[in-house]
Amino acid sequence: MTDKNKSALSSALNDGLNWVDARFPLTSNVKAHLTEYYAPKNFNFWYFFGSLALLVLVLQILTGIFLTMHYKPDADLAFGSVEYIMRDVPWGWLIRYMHSTGASMFFVVVYLHMFRGIIYGSYRTPRELIWLFGVAIFLVLMGEAFFGYLLPWGQMSYWGAQVIVNLFSAIPFIGPDVSEWLRGDYLVSDATLNRFFAFHVIALPFVLVGLVVAHLIALHEVGSNNPDGIEIKKLKDKKTGFPLDGIPFHPYYTVKDLVGVSVFLIVFSAIIFFAPEMGGYFLEANNFVPADPLKTPAHIAPVWYFTPYYSILRAVPPILNSQFPGVAAMGLSVVAFAFLPWLDKSPVKSIRYRGMLYKQWLVAFVISFLVLGYLGTVPSNIWGQFGAWMGGADRATVVARIFTVVYFLFFVLMPWYTKKDKTKPMPERVTG
Amino acid sequence: MSDNQNDNQQADSQKRECSQVDLDKRNFLIATSAVGALGCAAVAVPFVKSMTPSERAKAAGAPVEVDISKIEPGTMMTAEWRGQPVWIINRTDEMTAELAKHDDQLSDPASEVTSQQPEYCKNESRSLKPNLAVVVGICTHLGCSPSEKLQRGGDMGEGWTGGFFCPCHGSKFDLAGRVFKGSPAPINLVVPPHKYLSENLLLIGVDTEEKA
Repeated sequence: MTDKNKSALSSALNDGLNWVDARFPLTSNVKAHLTEYYAPKNFNFWYFFGSLALLVLVLQILTGIFLTMHYKPDADLAFGSVEYIMRDVPWGWLIRYMHSTGASMFFVVVYLHMFRGIIYGSYRTPRELIWLFGVAIFLVLMGEAFFGYLLPWGQMSYWGAQVIVNLFSAIPFIGPDVSEWLRGDYLVSDATLNRFFAFHVIALPFVLVGLVVAHLIALHEVGSNNPDGIEIKKLKDKKTGFPLDGIPFHPYYTVKDLVGVSVFLIVFSAIIFFAPEMGGYFLEANNFVPADPLKTPAHIAPVWYFTPYYSILRAVPPILNSQFPGVAAMGLSVVAFAFLPWLDKSPVKSIRYRGMLYKQWLVAFVISFLVLGYLGTVPSNIWGQFGAWMGGADRATVVARIFTVVYFLFFVLMPWYTKKDKTKPMPERVTG
Repeated sequence: MSDNQNDNQQADSQKRECSQVDLDKRNFLIATSAVGALGCAAVAVPFVKSMTPSERAKAAGAPVEVDISKIEPGTMMTAEWRGQPVWIINRTDEMTAELAKHDDQLSDPASEVTSQQPEYCKNESRSLKPNLAVVVGICTHLGCSPSEKLQRGGDMGEGWTGGFFCPCHGSKFDLAGRVFKGSPAPINLVVPPHKYLSENLLLIGVDTEEKA
């Protein structure tokens, strides 16, 4: 190609772009969100998980579309149609395992993404709304996972749905009517399966995508936080007006995130091909038994990502003949994250400049979360019972109660210990 | 200069006109918005109602007859009524004797919560016949079906005198479906309306002569 041809081509492309830009803000949006969106230059390992969450969302939507081509939302046919996907649909097993593994990996990356936000104070001013959109995404994601889990119509699907829908009947006065309305029947049945399918494939995905867009718009309005928890917008290049400690998202972070994507896909494929059930944690053994409304499996537990909250539900005893306190505690344990921006009174954002007091509380919280998560996967009589001096109480239940208290103290005492904490001075510029 | 003055005057008069609120128009807009909102709320009703149990779901739930002749003493069977498991437990004399001994460990030993059993089963054994218990096998906590632990001891610990253990959240019940203190379940299991048509024939779902 001669130089003349080249310039003719580029001017034609330019004309085309101008034509589009006069009608749709293409170039300005690419600049605002990619090539001239300045992100702090000191992002580390923890900053992979936001883009990975987006990747998993796309994967779930794509694999979900192909699963609905073969799945039947009918109590008599659902279980069989999932087995049909696994055995008879060409490559159906792969698409189904991608979807089921994707569900668990979604929570893995979202939990790590949330932990990043907590340790670097990404929920603090001016990012409260980003955080609140994030908590909303987390809640909708839990709903999405729960509705989806009923669809295979296995024993765990059935009894899990039975328990969760009954959580609503613990609400005083209106509760029983609410759970009957959710089920559309007096017990979990075909009507329930059919509507959960509608929620799972249409209603919640729409809400989820909308919230993700809001999350990103809010993020790009105020700019990203960073491991030092300082605002890069305070120091700008006098000539260009861009932050001195910022680099354009594209190409610098698109390339960095692609490395994260590659590593993630290696792990993801390894699970799909070698351990799709993950020893019963991603797909539970009892869910390969068709739903039986007359018999609860001897050991039922939710999928791993719900178990910390499930432990809290199980640990709180009924008060005044009502199971509402347990249900309320479980709800509160999830919603508590939404209050972090207002509970944290520390002068610094990042864990790098916090003192030991905060770090001890954070460690206590992480340990509580993990212990409660473990206890939620096992029966409450797993460690036997205490003697008569404790009224013969289950040991595991007592341990769960202690860690439930620690879990909530992390939030309740936060205004106190973040204020009292001996913080270090923050630097002017990011430290790499 | 005069041009400038003219411009200013024009702007002033425009401002005055703008500040004069047309109250009739505003009230009209408020009223139409209110009617519109009301209309939206009214349209939401059919959608919300469409999620309540259908006529077909309401019609299901006829009473069921159960042959109880084959339940050995000390064992139980499960029948299905309204899609729920109903246990029929053939308690031995030793088991029924045990029922009176642990009242202090129960939340509601005398079955005071009236919604949980028909009036004729508000007694020590919560049954029509002391040896035969008929109980809906759905935990009053969050609706799982407890597992049978009819025999003493075992994995339930030494003090266990027989009953049921809910695998979901660890609630414990005795052989009359009464809940032990400290369980997440707040009240006793439900005893359904039932009657004996003959020595070996049990009808679950009705307790009077009329058909339900």
